[in-house]
Amino acid sequence: MTTIDPAAAVRPGTPVAPPKHLVELTVDGETVRVAEGTTVLQACRSAGHDDIPTLCYGDTLTPKNACRVCMVEVEGSRTLVPSCSRTVDAGMVVRTDTERVRHSRRMVLEFLGSSTDLSVAANVGRWNEEYGVDTERYGSERATKAQPVVRDNELYVRDYEKCILCYKCVDACGSQWQNTFAIAVAGRGFDARIAAEYDAELPDSACVYCGNCIAVCPTGALMFTTEHDMRAAGNWDESRQTQTDTICPYCGVGCQLTLHVQDASIVKVTSPSDHSVTHGNLCIKGRFGFQHVQNRD
Amino acid sequence: MDLKLSSHTPTDAEVDAIESVLGPTRSSWHGGDRTDAEQHGDHHVARGGHDLRTQRHRLLPVLHAVNDRVGWISRGAINHIAARLDVAPADIHGVATFYGLFSVTERPTRQVHVCIDLACRIAGADVPDGAHPSPCLGLCERAPAVFVTDAGERPSQGVLAPATPVQVRDLVAGGRLPDEPAPQAATPQVHHDRSSLVLLRRVGVGDPTSIHAYRSHDGYLALRRAIEMGPEAVVREVVESNIMGRGGAAFPAGRKWHTVAHHPVRPHYLVCNADESEPGTFKDRAILEGDPFSLIEAMTIAAFATGCEQGYVYLRGEYPRAKQTLRRAIEVATEHGLLGDDVMGAGFSFHLDVFIGAGAYICGEETAIFNSIEGFRGEPRNKPPFPVDAGLFGKPTLINNVETLANVLPIVLHGGEAFAATGTSGSTGTKLFCVSGSVTTPGVYELPFGATLRQVIDTAGGVADGHRLRAVLLGGAAGSFATPDDLDVPLTFEDLRAAGLTLGSGVVMVLDEHVDLVEFVHRIAAFFRDESCGQCVPCRVGTVRQEEVLQRLEHRGPAFDDDRQLLADIGRVLRDSSICGFGHSAHGAIESAIAKLGVFS
Repeated sequence: MTTIDPAAAVRPGTPVAPPKHLVELTVDGETVRVAEGTTVLQACRSAGHDDIPTLCYGDTLTPKNACRVCMVEVEGSRTLVPSCSRTVDAGMVVRTDTERVRHSRRMVLEFLGSSTDLSVAANVGRWNEEYGVDTERYGSERATKAQPVVRDNELYVRDYEKCILCYKCVDACGSQWQNTFAIAVAGRGFDARIAAEYDAELPDSACVYCGNCIAVCPTGALMFTTEHDMRAAGNWDESRQTQTDTICPYCGVGCQLTLHVQDASIVKVTSPSDHSVTHGNLCIKGRFGFQHVQNRD
Repeated sequence: MDLKLSSHTPTDAEVDAIESVLGPTRSSWHGGDRTDAEQHGDHHVARGGHDLRTQRHRLLPVLHAVNDRVGWISRGAINHIAARLDVAPADIHGVATFYGLFSVTERPTRQVHVCIDLACRIAGADVPDGAHPSPCLGLCERAPAVFVTDAGERPSQGVLAPATPVQVRDLVAGGRLPDEPAPQAATPQVHHDRSSLVLLRRVGVGDPTSIHAYRSHDGYLALRRAIEMGPEAVVREVVESNIMGRGGAAFPAGRKWHTVAHHPVRPHYLVCNADESEPGTFKDRAILEGDPFSLIEAMTIAAFATGCEQGYVYLRGEYPRAKQTLRRAIEVATEHGLLGDDVMGAGFSFHLDVFIGAGAYICGEETAIFNSIEGFRGEPRNKPPFPVDAGLFGKPTLINNVETLANVLPIVLHGGEAFAATGTSGSTGTKLFCVSGSVTTPGVYELPFGATLRQVIDTAGGVADGHRLRAVLLGGAAGSFATPDDLDVPLTFEDLRAAGLTLGSGVVMVLDEHVDLVEFVHRIAAFFRDESCGQCVPCRVGTVRQEEVLQRLEHRGPAFDDDRQLLADIGRVLRDSSICGFGHSAHGAIESAIAKLGVFS
C-alpha cells in the first residue's frame, strides 16, 4: 500500500482547486518548495524527513494536534509547533531534530507510556529507543489509565487502557466521516475518556458497528474481537498473515476490502485509506460480514 | 442528522426548563408529542436540520436551565435537548461532563462548594461531609468562602464569606444563606485617597443598577465622545494609550482593536472575558458588581470602534451577584436606548448577551471561551489562527478582559496620550491589585503602574499585625513568588519581567511565616491537575506527574535528586509543547518557589 498525499485525499464532489503558489522554506538547513497550504509535516516528509513521529495524526482526518509528539522547532516561535497542523509560511525555518525537539518528544512518549499501554501501538517501541524513554522514573505509585477491557458486543473490543485520547475515533464517528456521533470525549483532564452518553454500552448507543473507529485507532485500543482474542491466546502473528485486496460483495458502492488472512482464516478487514471510494471507511457488512466466507459446511 | 435516542424521556420539569430557553417544542420531529404532530399533519415533514444546528450556542444555557431546575442533567433531559438542537446525546454528555457545576448523576438540590484554593486555604478552609471542594471562588478578600446553589422552580445561588465551619455545616444541612455585604466591601480604600481612583471611582457611590446614578457620575459621556470622534479615531486613541491587556497575558490591546476594526470578513464579534478564575483574583468582580454600566458602556464603544453588532460577556458561574447585576444593567441600558438596534440614536446597532460559565477555569482561555459559547467542550484551540482573524463562530473577534475594557472610558474621555501619562512607558495607566492573605485590609486597590510592591501592601494597611512577611504570590497560580527582597521592585510588566516575576492578573497574595509553603505549592500543582482540560498530552499527563513528584518531594523519597530533574523536565515540556497558556504556565509558580523560596531544598 502506498502512502498518499493527504492534500489529495479530497472527498468526492469537491471542486478542483485552482493551482497553488509555491512557498519556500528551510527544513534542517535544506531549502524545500511546497504548495501553499501544505502542513509543516507534509513539507518535512516531502524533504525526506520520514522520521517525525505522529500518533493523533491521520491522513484522512483534520489534524487535531492533541498528542503533541510531532512537535518541531520553528524560528521565531516562543513554543514548539505541531507540525501536523501548522501550515507553512514563506521563509519559515524549521528544525526537526534539535535537543529541544527531542526532549519534548521524549517527555510526551514518557507521559503516554507511563499512563497507558502502548504495547501494540505501531512504531512506539522504536521511538522509545530513539528518544531514550524511561517510564520507570515516574515511580510505581503513578496514576495510570489501567482498566478492564470492555466487551459489550461480538464484533470489537474497547481496551481504554490503551487509549491516548487522540480524538480520531470521535472524529471518524462524527462529522468527518460516519456522521453517527455515537461517541464523544467526556469528563475533563486526566479523567477524560471516550464514551457514549452516560457511558452506555455500545448496543445501547447510536453505534452502527462500521468499525471506522478501529480503522483510525493508533494504539489498538479499539480492536476486532478476532484480533484481540488471538493476541490474548498468543496466536496473533502478522508475519504469517497475507493481505488480499478485493471488492466488497454486499452492495454496488464498490468498496475495496483488504482481507487479512492468517492460517486460511480472515482475521481482520480493512480498506486502504487512499482508496477513492472508501478513504479507509467501511460499513458493518464490509468490515465484519466475512463469516460466510469461512463457513466450510 | 439521524439521531438515535435511548428510550429515556424527560420529566415535565425538565421539558419546562428546556423550553424556558428554547421556546415551545414545534413538532414531534424535535421532541414534541407525536399525537399533536399528527393533528397538525406534519409527521411527514422533517423540520429542523440546519435551522436547529445553528442554535448550538444555546446548548450551555439549556444545560444551565436544566441543572438549575432539577439539580442535575438526566438521560431523558439530554435526549430532549438532543432532539431540540439536533446534537447527538453523546456529544451533549461530553459537554455536560466538562463543567464542574453540572452533574449527570442525581444529587440533592442544595449544593455547597467550599473554596480550597490559596487564600481560603491560608484562612483555614475546611470541607465538611456533604460539601464539595472548589477551586478559587474569587472572594479572596473575605476568605474562606463558600458558594451555594439551590435547584428548583425558583433556583437561587449565593455566596458566604467569610464562612465559619459551623456556618458551612449549617448550609450543607439546608440552612439559609445570610445576605452578602455591599459590593464596595471588596474595594475598602480605607488607607487610600479615593480621589486618585479611575476605574473604581464609581464603585460604592450609588446604586450600581441605576442608570441615573451612573449618568450623574459622568456615565455615557465617553460613548457620546466616541460617537463624535468616529470609529477610526477611537481605535487610534486606544493604540496611542499603549494599554496592555489586564487579563494576565499583557498583550497590547490597541493591536487587537486595530486588526479587528480593519478586518474585511464580517460579522465581527466582541467578547468580554469575565471568567475571572485565576486563584487570588477578584478585581473584575468589583467592577461587575459595583459599576456594571461602565463595562457596558466600554463594550459599546469597543463595538462601535471595531464594527461589532453582537457582544458577549462570558461570566464565570460562581459570581451570582455579578450575574444578576450585569443582567439587570443590560436590561436598563436596553430600555434607555443605550443598547439595541439604534444605540443613542447614532445609527449603529449593538446587542449584548451574558453567557454563564459552569465551573471550568480553562474557559478563561480566550479560544476556550469561544468553544464554550458555541456549545462545545471548553477546550482551547490551537493558535494560529488568532481570535482577531478567526474567533467566535470563526469570525474576527475582539476579546478583552473586564479591566482592560473598563480602561477604555478614561482613554476615550481624556485621550490616549493623557492616559499614557500615568504609569510607565511600557505599562500605562492604573492597575487593579487583588490584595489578599496576611494583610490588614484585603481588597481591590487601584494604583498607577510603577507603584512598588511595598506601596501596594501598605495601601492595604500593611502586613497583618504581629506577622512577618515571608513571600508574596504575584499573578496567582500561573504567577510567581516574590520575596521580601523584591518589595521595592516597581510593579510594571517590564520591571517584573526583568526581575523574573510576573504581574499576571494583578494578584498580590501576602504569605506570612505561618504558611506551610510546601503544602501551598502542592495545592498550586493540584489546581493545575484538576483544571487541565485534558486535550493535549503534555498538560493532561504532565500536570498529574508534576503533582505526583511534588507529593514525593514533600515526603523526601529516596530518589530526591532524580525527582528534581524530573520536575524540571516536566516543566520544560509543559512550556514547550502544551496547546495553550494554561499548560505553558502550569510550572511557573512551582519553579519560582523552588528557585526563590528554597522550597524542597
